[in-house]
Amino acid sequence: MHFSLTDLAADITQNCAESGADLVELAIEEISPGPARQAGDVPSKAGGPVRQAGGVPSKAEFRFIARDNGKGMTGAELDRAMDPFVTDGVKHPGRKVGLGIPFLIQTALQSGGGWKISTVKAGECAVRGSKDSAASPGTGSVTGSAAGGNAGTVVEAWFDLANVDTPPVGDIPGLFRTVMLFSGPAEIVLKRKRQGGGDLDYEVKKTELEEVLGGLEDVSSLALLGKYLRSLEDE
Amino acid sequence: MAMTLEELRKLRETKKTDIQRREAEGKEIQVIVGMGTCGIAAGAKVTLDAFINALDENKLVDQVLVRQTGCMGLCHSEPTVEVIAPGMPGVIYGNVDASVAKEIVQKHIQGHELVENHILNKPAADILK
Repeated sequence: MHFSLTDLAADITQNCAESGADLVELAIEEISPGPARQAGDVPSKAGGPVRQAGGVPSKAEFRFIARDNGKGMTGAELDRAMDPFVTDGVKHPGRKVGLGIPFLIQTALQSGGGWKISTVKAGECAVRGSKDSAASPGTGSVTGSAAGGNAGTVVEAWFDLANVDTPPVGDIPGLFRTVMLFSGPAEIVLKRKRQGGGDLDYEVKKTELEEVLGGLEDVSSLALLGKYLRSLEDE
Repeated sequence: MAMTLEELRKLRETKKTDIQRREAEGKEIQVIVGMGTCGIAAGAKVTLDAFINALDENKLVDQVLVRQTGCMGLCHSEPTVEVIAPGMPGVIYGNVDASVAKEIVQKHIQGHELVENHILNKPAADILK
């Protein structure tokens, strides 16, 4: 199981980077309920106010959306990706588990969150597979319909930060630096929003950073990139 | 206070001489961190940050590339890190936490000596001589 929500986001986004995509997008949205913290509020591990004076859980939410224009999956492939006891066996011959998406689903469901995966397989006759946690918690719902659109996958997950079973949010600038280092996609776009508890709204693009810093894999670039990403969270 | 891209560029300019020197020499040392589900669950992000900090502290930023990859197939020993350095056998290290990362920078990259107890694919003894 992953330690933090940013680890889940890193894992899923790494899958995006491996999908043959040339564009990967990761959006992180955090909502901390305002206005000010009231007496009796209990701070969550993530630092936001999570419970109001009356003991009613507030709507503190963490949401991430990872999107790629890679090869996509068929409905059957999506089913297999959700099965913890199935993996493609290419990178680890003989191993019988693949836990990326199962971890995400388990974490979302155990903590009052949810998830949604939509995918369009490249080269297929534009069949869209989609699953989410809304219709039937625990298993997700399946919809398969002929649809237009380009190949790729969108994974969205949201978490109730007030729930005691939700992991801590984790290190967001660290997540962003990790994601920027994923090899494969020519362009990686990070979108960050936070409402309440200090509003944030910024976007970072890999190509822009490369133009400024040079190769991102240089350690000197990585050190500066870390400073830059942390400064954006300080606003 | 949030930096702008322009400020970041200026900060980069101050390191310009470094960049020129590096471009002339090319980078030959690579540190590759496994960032699959297994690696992330075992704390590979902390390992990655530790490598960047240790390389920065030891003034090795001009000689080393830090890269990421997916699962290397050694999920039992995550976080795993491959280190490729000239004159040294390519080595995959396992169970690399922040303190082992520091040790790899000091012993393997600076001292040209393998870090015992964390080697997953130990090369043949004659290669090591």
